[in-house]
Amino acid sequence: MRSRRSSFRVPLLLCAMVCLVCTLRGTAARAQGQDRAPEYFPADIQYGAQIFASQCTACHGTSGDLIPGVNFRAGVFKRVVSDNDLRATITNGVPGTEMRPFAFGPAELTEIVSYLRNMSSPDASGGVMGDAARGQAIFAGAGNCASCHAVNGKGPRVAPDLGDIGTLRTAELLHRTLTDPAGSMLPVNRPVRAVTKDGKVISGRRLNEDSYTVQLIDENEHLVSLTKSDLRDFAVLKTTTMPPYKDKFNAQEFADLEAYLLSLKGVK
Amino acid sequence: MNPSRLTRASLVLALAIPFAVHAQVTSDRLLHATNEPQNWLLYSGSYASQRYSLLKQIDPANAKNLELKWVFQAQSLQKFETTPLVVDGIMYLTQSPNDVVAVDAKSGRAFWIYHYATSPAARPCCGIVNRGLAILGDTLFMATVDAHLVAIDAKDGHAVWNVKLAEASAGYAATMAPLVVKGKVIVGVAGGEFGVRGFISAFDAETGKQAWKFDTIPDPDQPGHDSWRGADWEHGGGAVWMTGSYDPELNLTYWGTGNPGPDFNAEQRQGDNLYSDSVLALDPDTGKMKWYFQFSPHDPYDYDSVQVPVLANADWQGSPRKLMYWGNRNGFFYVLDRGTGKFLAGKPFVKVNWASGLDANGRPITTPQPPGSPTYPGIQGGTNWYSPSYSPSTGLFYLSTWEDYGTIFEGVKAEYKEGTRFTGGANTSPVPGAENPAGTRTGPINAYTEAMAHGGVVAIDPTTGDKKWKFEEHDVNTSGILTTASDLLFVGGREGYFQALNARTGALLWKQNLGGEIIAGPISFEVDGKQYVTIASGNSLFAFGLRE
Repeated sequence: MRSRRSSFRVPLLLCAMVCLVCTLRGTAARAQGQDRAPEYFPADIQYGAQIFASQCTACHGTSGDLIPGVNFRAGVFKRVVSDNDLRATITNGVPGTEMRPFAFGPAELTEIVSYLRNMSSPDASGGVMGDAARGQAIFAGAGNCASCHAVNGKGPRVAPDLGDIGTLRTAELLHRTLTDPAGSMLPVNRPVRAVTKDGKVISGRRLNEDSYTVQLIDENEHLVSLTKSDLRDFAVLKTTTMPPYKDKFNAQEFADLEAYLLSLKGVK
Repeated sequence: MNPSRLTRASLVLALAIPFAVHAQVTSDRLLHATNEPQNWLLYSGSYASQRYSLLKQIDPANAKNLELKWVFQAQSLQKFETTPLVVDGIMYLTQSPNDVVAVDAKSGRAFWIYHYATSPAARPCCGIVNRGLAILGDTLFMATVDAHLVAIDAKDGHAVWNVKLAEASAGYAATMAPLVVKGKVIVGVAGGEFGVRGFISAFDAETGKQAWKFDTIPDPDQPGHDSWRGADWEHGGGAVWMTGSYDPELNLTYWGTGNPGPDFNAEQRQGDNLYSDSVLALDPDTGKMKWYFQFSPHDPYDYDSVQVPVLANADWQGSPRKLMYWGNRNGFFYVLDRGTGKFLAGKPFVKVNWASGLDANGRPITTPQPPGSPTYPGIQGGTNWYSPSYSPSTGLFYLSTWEDYGTIFEGVKAEYKEGTRFTGGANTSPVPGAENPAGTRTGPINAYTEAMAHGGVVAIDPTTGDKKWKFEEHDVNTSGILTTASDLLFVGGREGYFQALNARTGALLWKQNLGGEIIAGPISFEVDGKQYVTIASGNSLFAFGLRE
């Protein structure tokens, strides 16, 4: 059984790997305006293939051509035109047929669609295919990701736990966050700094905020709720301690790391 | 470390913890939970499950000054049966189907929400509900309606591990708050209306690895199996869907078990049907049973014994004794010796006609009613799973009741088919044409009049079994109870009123209409020197404190 978390506290990659709700919306809007996404990411295709193999082949066959009138490799569908049609068909099923509804999250739907659109040539995107095991090594080593992020409760809570990031984010969004963490930060996850009227400084990661209060996890990993009228100063920071990896990793390393992050589907 | 360094280190530490002492919830803290009245660390408040708070700021003299402090609105229209935990100013609660929410206990504002995606195969009998959590260290534990047990990081709401208890498609579910004892998370399964075979199981809190499993319906190699005939035991029920209690000195946990299957057609399951409708004393280290006591052998009335076992150390006939108090769905109040399971006393607390009394061993002297005649109490019982309370201050045991409530039972042969209802009969109201009072409120009009049932809060003197006082209510009562060291009693009810009573007299001191059925237990805690009382009603959790 998979878990997901609410948008207001959803983790993102690293302190700054955030702002992806905005980018998610951007992706959805773009997809609605045309039949196909302008680009399918190799890591999405790769994971879509895994989901297809475990969930779809019993009826559709490994080549996707067992159902009369449907041939995924050839791009032949009965009623699907756009990527959103594919998502809807997978999510809702087809009444009166053996095609039942599937409860996939948005990231998984993107992965399946990416694979179905590239079945004839999974590496036709021209991108680099990643290796999750190598990516895990980067996460723990060269990327230093594990110094801030936990995975399924193992690790620090300075930044959000990434144990189910693979159900929440697509390869595209992960890549954007890795290369531009400050620019991709989800607003709710921004660092905050508060000074109480008696001079105490509280810094941490914002979890929730309203007109009168703010909730955060502080640098000592304590949940703290502050009343704004008790504060002398309160600031939401636009910076992040997460470094941009744009010039640090090559294409293969990015692909490996993203493959690992996409493999994090939560505890089952 | 020299003194100056120590001072600097202390200063740094003090600055790092600006508002409250945050510490992990250790096993030792759980053992002495009553010593932390500012917190509510276990489902029933303590291992003794007395739901008794030592807080005294709110008292009979000022209860009239209670006012609403905050409201948490659940994102669900299901029944809201949660009892929250409160740890050092942070409240953890559950909302349907299996969400966990961390909120600031002072303001009700949320820190995080954990959403668990329940399987569509889940089919709990009586609502997509959850009653609460357990905690150890920085980890919360929740049982799910699709029969999983999930560990969740209390700081950031992320799942740490997830284990399957049983097959949801076969009717197994889990709705209770787990009980953590000595590093193990102990949980039972629901499903008594689906012919499941009940069990209680323990898991390592760190890893989720199963430590032991106790089947509540013994197989042919286990003691108690001779209380069944043929293969009837295979779908014998005995579900466990309420949180147990624990005596650390005896090193025993106590668990109530549910009805045998099929519920109403006892003819097709001859024998006493052990260990249905019983209390089991299990070793938390091994799962071995030390003793059992069966309240309702060969039960045809769905008299689940899933009430919370209330533990008290009190005089019994002139000598101090380790006692267990039990207000049973079958309409009798029991006193047991919790070291041995020996029956000490029992007396009806509502109208009872299914038994004329209890014999010297506590076994009911059954008086089955003629076909078509009502049996008292009815199918929902004289009480049900609603948490009772025991006040060491008043020495009284308190429970919510369904009074003058009967049901006409009819047994019908049931065929077992996995995942479908296996109840074997029907139950109807003794009032012709009227609906049989349901286990939950079905709308804002109270259609269940005095002709069908009414409710109340009853205070029982455990030394005699006699009622000390009774607080009458028009509708039946589905609420848990909280008592405090200031001799206040907080209770809700199906009518939606949240009430403060004088625990010694039953006098009403304060009430507030919250609008929705109260089918959960109140708790009390303290933040920044102020006492709060909370209760779930309808689809919201309400927090009250004294007017400033």
